[in-house]
Formats: sequence, structure tokens, C-alpha cells
Amino acid sequence: MTSELDIFVGNTTLIDEEVYRLWLDGYSVSDAVALRVRAGILEQTGATAAVLQSDTMDHYRTFHMLERLLHAPPKLLHQLVFQIPPSRQALLIERYYAFDEAFVREVLGKKLSKGTKKDLDDISAKTGITLKSCRRQFDNFKRVFKVVEEMRGSLADNIQQHFLFSDRLARDYAAIVFFANNRFETAKKKLQYLSFGDFAFCAELMIQNWTLGAVDSQVDDMDMDLDKEFLQDLKELKVLVADKDLLDLHKSLVCTALRGKLGVFSEMEANFKNLSRGLVNVAAKLTHNKDVRDLFVDLVEKFVEPCRSDHWPLGDVRLFLNQYSVTVHSLDGFRHQALWDRYMDTLRGCLLRLYHD
Amino acid sequence: MPGKLKVKIVAGRHLPVMDRASDLTDAFVEVKFGNTTFKTDVYLKSLNPQWNSEWFKFEVDDEDLQDEPLQITVLDHDTYSANDAIGKVYIDIDPLLYSEAATVISGWFPIYDTIHGIRGEINVVVKVDLFNDLNRFRQSSCGVKFFCTTSIPKCYRAVIIHGFVEELVVNEDPEYQWIDRIRTPRASNEARQRLISLMSGELQRKIGLKVLEMRGNAVVGYLQCFDLEGESGLVVRAIGTACTLDKLSSPAAFLPACNSPSKEMKESPLAHPPSHGCRSTHNSPIHTATGSRLTQNFSVSVPTLIYTGMGSGSAGKEGGPFKALLRQQTQSALEQREFPFFTLTAFPPGFLVHVGGVVSARSVKLLDRIHNPAFVGIMGNTRSYKLLDWNSFNSDEPETRDAWWAEIRQEIKSHAKALGCHAVVGYSESTSICEEVCILSASGTAAVLNPRFLQDGTVEGCLEQRIEENLPAGCGFCHIPYDELNMPFPAHLTYCYNCRKQKVPDVLFTTIDLPTDATVVGKGCLIQARLCRLKKKAQAEANATAISNLLPFMEYEVHTQLMNKLKLKGMNALFGLRIQITVGENMLMGLASATAVYLAALPMPGGIQIAGKTPSDGSYEQHISHMQKKISDTIAKNKELYEINPPEISEEIIGSPIPEPKQRSRLLRSQSESSDEVTELDLSHGKKDAFVLEIDDTDAMEDVHSLLTDVPPPSGFYSCNTEIMPGINNWTSEIQMFTSVRVIRLSSLNLTNQALNKNFNDLCENLLKSLYFKLRSMIPCCLCHVNFTVSLPEDELIQVTVTAVAITFDKNQALQTTKTHIEKSLQRASTDNEELLQFPLELCSDSLPSHPFPPAKEHLESARSNSGIPAAQRAVTVEKASPMGEGNFRNRSAPPCANSTVGVVKMTPLSFIPGAKITKYLGIINMFFIRETTSLREEGGVSGFLHAFIAEVFAMVRAHVAALGGNAVVSYIMKQCVFMENPNKNQAQCLINVSGDAVIFVRESELEVISTQQPTANCQQSCAGGEVTT
Repeated sequence: MTSELDIFVGNTTLIDEEVYRLWLDGYSVSDAVALRVRAGILEQTGATAAVLQSDTMDHYRTFHMLERLLHAPPKLLHQLVFQIPPSRQALLIERYYAFDEAFVREVLGKKLSKGTKKDLDDISAKTGITLKSCRRQFDNFKRVFKVVEEMRGSLADNIQQHFLFSDRLARDYAAIVFFANNRFETAKKKLQYLSFGDFAFCAELMIQNWTLGAVDSQVDDMDMDLDKEFLQDLKELKVLVADKDLLDLHKSLVCTALRGKLGVFSEMEANFKNLSRGLVNVAAKLTHNKDVRDLFVDLVEKFVEPCRSDHWPLGDVRLFLNQYSVTVHSLDGFRHQALWDRYMDTLRGCLLRLYHD
Repeated sequence: MPGKLKVKIVAGRHLPVMDRASDLTDAFVEVKFGNTTFKTDVYLKSLNPQWNSEWFKFEVDDEDLQDEPLQITVLDHDTYSANDAIGKVYIDIDPLLYSEAATVISGWFPIYDTIHGIRGEINVVVKVDLFNDLNRFRQSSCGVKFFCTTSIPKCYRAVIIHGFVEELVVNEDPEYQWIDRIRTPRASNEARQRLISLMSGELQRKIGLKVLEMRGNAVVGYLQCFDLEGESGLVVRAIGTACTLDKLSSPAAFLPACNSPSKEMKESPLAHPPSHGCRSTHNSPIHTATGSRLTQNFSVSVPTLIYTGMGSGSAGKEGGPFKALLRQQTQSALEQREFPFFTLTAFPPGFLVHVGGVVSARSVKLLDRIHNPAFVGIMGNTRSYKLLDWNSFNSDEPETRDAWWAEIRQEIKSHAKALGCHAVVGYSESTSICEEVCILSASGTAAVLNPRFLQDGTVEGCLEQRIEENLPAGCGFCHIPYDELNMPFPAHLTYCYNCRKQKVPDVLFTTIDLPTDATVVGKGCLIQARLCRLKKKAQAEANATAISNLLPFMEYEVHTQLMNKLKLKGMNALFGLRIQITVGENMLMGLASATAVYLAALPMPGGIQIAGKTPSDGSYEQHISHMQKKISDTIAKNKELYEINPPEISEEIIGSPIPEPKQRSRLLRSQSESSDEVTELDLSHGKKDAFVLEIDDTDAMEDVHSLLTDVPPPSGFYSCNTEIMPGINNWTSEIQMFTSVRVIRLSSLNLTNQALNKNFNDLCENLLKSLYFKLRSMIPCCLCHVNFTVSLPEDELIQVTVTAVAITFDKNQALQTTKTHIEKSLQRASTDNEELLQFPLELCSDSLPSHPFPPAKEHLESARSNSGIPAAQRAVTVEKASPMGEGNFRNRSAPPCANSTVGVVKMTPLSFIPGAKITKYLGIINMFFIRETTSLREEGGVSGFLHAFIAEVFAMVRAHVAALGGNAVVSYIMKQCVFMENPNKNQAQCLINVSGDAVIFVRESELEVISTQQPTANCQQSCAGGEVTT
């Protein structure tokens, strides 16, 4: 006796969260059954293995049919074939587009191209995430990217509108899209200590302040591309380190303000010129695409690492960066205050986030 | 020209990409009704076209309005080649033809293609203006309402229940026409869908005419079926119960304006004064479609069995003369009817007087092939979309399909008579077809009915009152209808354990739902008897003979299994019994499902004893005693599980000695309906006190084993195949309707009856287990209306289809101790009485000045005085969990789902929605779909294909209901699911036929909120409402 056909169709589509997770994680039906057995479901329910197999198959088939709709979540809401309560629909979407930290760190900032897709086997092997799941996550990134890449308006809002994500997930995807578009390097060894959250935080700040959208809300791609004009202008900041008087003045102002307040005052005083040079040079180099990509590498190399080697506490870093950017306003000879603020406010936020072990 | 149909095509969405180059579609729509077609403009390059068309108007006569579906085809415009069809929508406009149902159909319909499935949606608005005054309206069959529900619909009351209506129409199956060889599968499927739609429409119209002839205005329990007879044709047949219904207006008065667009009414010229004055009779002649080209040159009438309560006893004293009187009177009401049959399974209080037992009849027929070359020529003469009247050229055929059914019905009628009953309730008909052999089956419950509902209020009131006085509630229907002195067979009878006045059988089998006032002990459960019999492959007559020889044995075995399982559960009655015999190439399958209960009025069932034939061997004896112990343990366990603790009855109270309860199974076998003498077959296992199983051979061993393999549902689960679960009455609002299909392939090696039985048993048990597992999140819950259908699509394939609904209930309330029971039932009794008052009885108040129904209270009093508590202690008055507001029910209704959105359409095979009140019936849903694929593997194999198709069918049903302004389908049934596959060719095809009643329901919690807002609502009510909402 072999089962030729075995189906269950409810007027309200049954969604088993546990099986959905296994499906999303890319397990085959037999693996999923084995995992469910291991989780003790047979003992809890008194079911047989055959029942479990049939149930798992059924859910997998349902998910497979839903997958097409999940590729365009508004379709899931308007379709008539599967009657699913709204809360369940939201859960389906949210889980489908959720990603693994380990995976996103591997592809963050990479071009979402066929080439990268080919490397997914390696990523799968390295992270222990099934290839199927890697593909889904990669395709999700790419799909969202394609849909929103040429749109006007806020990136996160567009994503939310077209994919019906939660606020949190939409912002994460905005970061992923932003990184993919600007191809920021995140894979270097010295950046390994950074989490996706760190990068997403920086992305959000950069989107808010450094993109076209920060000045003009009516342009295409406004949140995707950095404001080229702004990046050009950043060259003007070079004067802060090139002009020796200005640099000295800046240093003395900062030192005066921080004397006695900083645990690492002497180290700061000794390193001020190096640090300032590092931060200003990063700005000045952003005209070149390649240097834009290396932004995070540069920040870590030029600021995070020197401070860390001197064991600056985070509080001291914060005090220093605040003082460092504020005192520029007191430099009479410096005319690019607004530019400086646009640059430094964001950078300060990023650096503070990036500064950890 | 009595009607104008108006259609507007608004927009489309999610259309498929038809032009690969642009990834877009240039869509337009053809709207067709009858022979008239309109087209919209082409909406270029869009997957979401906005046509916003003008109103397309069709001027048609009402016959066409009833027969024809509106056909909407979405196409992709192609400048250079033929336009490609995207898909179609068939809309049955019948609901627009009743004055009380929907007035507009408006909404998104899935665009369906028989090859690709659903391909986007289309927004359509449909209206009908009927140009006839109300009188004329009544004359046409347009005004007749149809209900699938097998009880009086919730917001109506029955004035008169007229009786049985039936009709059938026959046509050639387009799939088997010569033209099918040259047309595409799509064209063939569409021709079939359209034809069946047309035939259903015609059938419904004809039934409507019959109803009007009987002076009724509605058909309740309407059941329409298709017989796909292959080359010999296509039969669409329907049965139903004609009624005169009145709309109940009272509780609906303060309902919120529901989303049904009733305001549109004024647009319809219905409101016009009867200026036309055309009171002429309808122009559609009444012609019964008795014709059939399906000649029959061979027919076997199968001896039929009647299942009754068994037992023999002395003659009754008081019952006799009264019964005779009653019979005399009701006979006058029923005798004029050809078939006193009722498709209803639940009845207005007082309608059902006595129940005799299940009557069934089967007949094996041979379908004949077409021998009629004149056919095509004649076809040319008729209008292409009209059905042929087979009478015109086939009238010389002596045997017709109608005659076949008439024969079966006659047999049923005579069986009922043999049981002293003048009517058959819970009546249904079915067929099973394999190649050219067809088994026709009919079954029902023989019953004695109260004549009051059967004719206009001309009944003498005195007699009626006597009836009611003589019938204590809760047990009256169990009392035997047949005369003890003149019984057609010896039977074991006892005095009713409830009232002590009348005789009852020891076991009662019925096809109806448990009457609402029945007194039940504990809970009920689903019982199934499953059976396979191998049969040699044979042709024609030999085959039919082989089948008809097997049938009586199958019936007997099914009956024995049911009896054994019933006793194993410690129960004494079956409700909702449905026995399905399916014929295949090389086997016959029998599947009987019923809901077992313990009726307080019937005696306690005895145990099961096992006896070995050869008690020589010591180890064998040991084995026997081991088995015996196992069985006794199981019975004890079941009694605990289902809370069966019947009250002990002491002899003194009764006064008269109770005949010793003897459990025997008896079979009544009648040779044919015409013969008055009834040959009977006493197949019981000797005269023993307990039911004895003799395990003298391996077969019997198997039987015993199979008895014990049925695993009870996991804790928290109950199941039944009736509308409601006896013993549970506190439903919460969560429901989940589902369909599950399984097909197994038998290994062709060593096929024996035993192996087959085991396979079939495992299939059903595993299916049930899977359901329990899948629905575990709903615990505590009950699977209601579990409906199994077996088919044998191929030699070694067995297909089982199950449709049921899972309903959650409140466990705490269910476990309430017996302490509060009497209090509760007293309360309930009073609410019941109130409910009764609003129920139909007021209509006969002129003929019955006194309160017609003293039932519940009196019953309680009598029960108490009888035995000083114990009798009533554990007795639960089973009450239908009807949405009509019982006080206790209201309190338990859960708050509505927080996330429920507008678009949700509930589906349920039950006639009600727990925790809600049905406020309007919008019309019948009767849909037929075909789906075919030539890329089976790509669509996920057979499972993927069928899963998607069933999901699509649900979606289309929901869309139609939503477009009618409804939010639920009740009495939903999947009447047919014919699945054929050819994996080698990567092909599969499936036909599905579903029906139900589209309704609008309002949650009770919402109703209460409204009622509290009503200034007129009395304080008590509003207080109660307030409590609930907090």
C-alpha cells in the first residue's frame, strides 16, 4: 500500500510556524521530519511517523504555492486562493524575508549579481546555512533591490510599501540595499568584528545625511546614492589638516576643553594630529568611488584601531569626538562649517557605533 | 420579455503576462448570455486593466434567466493571430431572481482557466430587472427559493412542508462526443462546464415549477448530483423537500444594515404597479424529463435490508388504538403523495413523532451504449444552447432513468410501510458507476410524522393535542411506530426507559440528525464500518449479477460491524447513518459512517462475548479469554471516555416488569417492492443475552481485531458526522472547514479480502489520525459533519475524500459537574420554550389555542417524580447549538477575531455558524469545475495538482459569496471529486462539484452591542450584554 496522493486543504490555510521555519531554513522534507521527531513532537501528540511525514509534506506544498505570492507581498494580501488571517500573512512575509546574521555579513556590500550568487556554495559551507536558504536570502535582497532601486522617496518607506515589512525589517533592508548599491567593503578581516547591526546603524545615518535625499526629496534614487556634490565639497575640509596653524589651533582648543575630563588625555594629545588627519583625509578621499567603498576600512584603520590600541574608553571617545567637531566652529579661519557638520555629525555617530571590541 | 440582465465590467487585476516581449497583456472582455455577446474595449499593456465598461444589457425571458449562466471571458488581444483566452468566469444569476435574496452581484471573481487554474481576478457588477408584477412572479418558477440546508433555514419558519420533489435531466457528455477528438482539452472542458451549468439551471427551474404546483415557495434540503456515465451520457438529478416558508422578522429588526446592497432594490422595476397585468401562465411548459436514451436491457433489483431496533416483546396495551388513529390521520395527508419522502435531517419541534429505523434500497443497472445515429441530425434542429428533450425521439424506450429511480423509491416506500411508518425522512439518493455498471442507492429513515406541518391548517386540533400529551419530550421519537400485535417480524422491545409508557427497541439506527429534544447520556462519537470485497472482473450482465450477489453480504457485514462497534462504545443508537457502496473494476467497497450516542430512552446495551468453536486447546481458550478481557476493557474505557453513566433504574418505580433486554441483530430482507410478503432472514447469532462473536475461523478473528484497532481520537478531540455533537453545546466561534483527499495504490500481489480490508481500514484510520494531528492547535474541538466518500478511480487505486468542519468549544463549560445540571437544564428549558414560541408554532395557534408544547419542563418534572433525581441526573438535554440566541450560548461566545477583515468568507458543512446568527440567505451556490493539466510533474505531481485545484475551488466559492454580499457558506458540500491521472503522459484531470447556501451572518457579540444601544431593549438584556462585552 503506497500513498499516491495525500492532501489537506483548509478554508483557512493552516500555517505551522515550526514547519515554516524548517522550510525557510532549507531543510528537505525528510530532514524536517527527522528534526521534528527529534523535537519530541511524536511524544507530545501521540502521532505516528507517517502522520508527521504527511503533515510535513502538506505544509511544504502549501509553502511552495505561497512562495510565488511572497515574492510580491501585496499579492498575498489581495489574492483569493488562500484565506489567511492578516496576522498570519504578516508573519509569513516577515519570516520569509528575515535573514541570518552570518549570511548577511557575507554578502553585505557585495554586488547582488550572478557572480555573487555563484559564491553562495562557499558561503553555505562557511556559515553552515543550507544552500537553499542562502539562495532565498540572496534572492530576497536582490528582489527588494530591483524593486526599489529607481524609486523616489524614502528608501525604507518604499520597501515597506512594496513588501509590507515591519518597520525594523524595512530599515534593515534599506541598509542592505544601500550597502549593495554603494558596494562598501565589509568583508576585510579587520572589519570582521562588526555586526550587521553596526553597519545598518551607519547606513541609516548616511542615508539620512549624506544622500541626495537629504537635500532634495524629489529625485530618483535619492536614498540610494551618496550626494556627489557633497562628496566633492568634502575636499574643502582638507584645510583643517593642511593648514598647520589651523590644526594647532584646533588641537589646543580641544585639549583645553578636555583637560582633566579625559582618562586618556595624554594619549589623545599625542595622537590628535594623527587622528584628525585620518578623519579629514577620509573625507577628502570620498570623491573616488574606490575610496567610498573603503570607507569603513579607513575609519577602522585611521581611528578605531589607534584609539583601541591606547585603550580609550567609549566615554572618552565620545567626549573627544564631540569636542573635536564642536570646536571647529570656533576656528575663525574655517569657512565650511555647514559642510563640516553634515560630514562630522554622521561620522561621529558611525564611529561611536563602530568603536567596540 | 420578462427580464433585463445588466452587466458591467469594471476592472481586472493580477492578470498573467500574455505578451512575453513586453511582459504585459492587452486584455479585453467578452460578456455572453445565451446567444448574445458584448465586448469591452481592449485595455492596452496592463496587468491591471481598468475597463469601466458601459452597462451591457441582455433582454431575455425568464426561462433563460434561470437556465443560463452568465459567461465572462477575458482575452488577450492579438493583432496578428487569434486572440488568446486568459480565462473565464461563470456567474449563476439565480440568486438575483428571488425577491428576498441578493439584488446585485458585485465583486472580484477569480478568472479561471481549466488548464492553468486561476489567472488573476476581474471585477464585475451584475443586476437583473424583472419586468413582472408580483403575481406573475409567483407563477414563474423564478421566485422559488432553494436551500441546501437540510433543516428549516434559520431565519424562516415552515408553514407547510409539502414533501418530495425530484427531477432529472440527461444529455450526452461532451467529453465523449465525436468532436472531442479534434478539439482542444480546454474547449472540451469548457463545453462540459457550460453544459452542466446549463443542465443544473434547467433542473432547478423544473424543480421550481413542481414546487409551485404544490403551492410551495421553497425547496429545502436540495441535493443535486451528477452521474458521469461516460459514453452513455451525463445525468443531472436533484431531490429536495418542497416547503412553504415564511420569513421570521422579529429578531432581525434591529440588525445593522448589512453590506448586502438591498438599497438597490428600488432600481428594479419589481416595485412597479402590476401594469402589465399579465397573469398568464408561464411560457415554460412543464415537462418531466423522464426521457433517457440510456436504454436498460439489464437490471438487478437487490434484496434490501432494513435496519431497525431489535428485540421482541409482548404487545403493548395503550399504544395500539392511538397509533392506529394517528396512522389513519397522517396517512390521509401523505397517501396522496407518490413518495412521502423528506430530504430534511432536522425538523421543527413536534414534526417527528416516531422513528422506525433505516430503510435502504439498492439496484444494479447496466448502462447501455449509444446506438442512435439519428442523434446528430436531431441535434441540428434545436437551438444549440438548448437541451434536447429526449422524449421527442426516445419515448419508446421502456426503461428510463426516471423509472429506475421510481422503482427504488417504491421499494423504500414499501419498506417504510413494513415498519409501520408512512413517511421517510433524512432521505438521500446516490449512485456508484464503474464502466457500464451502475449501483443506484437510496436510503432514509422510516418515520411517523405529525400531520400538522404537512397540510394547510385544516387539521383537527384535538387529535394533535392528544399526540403531544402522549409524547413526553426526549423519548417520543424512540417509541416504536409499528404495532406490537401485528409486527412484521419478531423484535425485542422494552418499555421506554424515560417515560415507562411506550415500547422502545433496544437499538435505533437513523439517517437523521439527533432531534434537539432527545435525551442523551454522555457524548457521542463517530463510528465507521469499512469493508472491501474482491470481485472477478467481468463484463455486462455477468458483472452486474456478480455485484448484486455480493451486495446483500456486504450490507450484512456492514451492519454487523456497526452493531459491534456501537456496543464496543457502550452506546445504543446511531444517527446520520450513511452507507456508501462503491463499485470498482475488481472490488466493491462499503463504508458506513454514523454518530453513535446513548439515548436515555433506550435500554443499556449488553456487552460482547466471544465464543470459540473448538474449545479443545488450552492455549486457545486462554487466547479467547484474553480477547474477551480486552473487549470488556475497551467497553469500560469507552464508557468513561464518553461519559456514559446512565441512571440506574429500580424496578419498583416502574411497576411493570421490564422484559429482559435481549440484544440481537435482525435483518429484514425483502425481495421486491411489489411483493407484500416479506421474507426475513434471522441472521442473529443465536438467542444469547449478550452479543456473541464466534471466532471459529480466521475471518472472525480479523473482525475482532479490526474492532480493537479503531483508536479513539486523542484527548480533547471529538468527532461526529451529524450537525452537532451530542453532549457538547458550548461552541466557541473558531471554525475550520477542510477537505482532505487520499489515494492509495494497492500492491496487486496477494490481494485478498483480508489484506484489502486492512488496507482500507488503515487508510481511513490514518486519515483520521492525520486530521487530529493537523488540527491539534484547535483543541478542545470537535470534528462535525465528517463526510467520507470512497471512490475507486482505477484497478488498484482507492480514493477517500473527507470534508468536515472543526469547531472549538469551551472545555471548562463542558466539564461542568452534574450538580448544576438540573438547574441548567431548567434554565435551558425555559429558553427553549421561548425559542419555540418564536418558532413556527405560532402559525397554527388558531387551530391550537393552548400551548402546543409543554415539553421540556414537563419532561423534567416527570423525570424527577419518576425516579427521584437519578433518572435526570446525568441526562443532558441535547440542544442544538443554534445561533438563535439562547442565553447560555450567548455568554460563551468568544470575542470576535481581532484581525478579521472584510474579505473573510467562512465555509461550513453545518447549517449554522457557532456564535453567530444568520440574518439572510442570499441564494444557493452550485458550482462545477474541471481542471486538467498536461504538466503534472511541473505542478508538483498529483498532490500538488489537486491541492491547488481544491484551494482554487474554495476561492471561487468564497468570491461568489462575497460578490453576493455574503460572508459565509453554510451546508457546504463537495458532492463530487473525480480525479483521474495518467502519470506516464504527465496528465491529470479532476472534476469537482460543490454546493451550499450563501448567507450573511452577524456575530452574536455584535448583535448584543447593538441591542444594548437600542433604547427599547429592556434592562435585563442590556445588562447581560454588558457583562459579555466586558
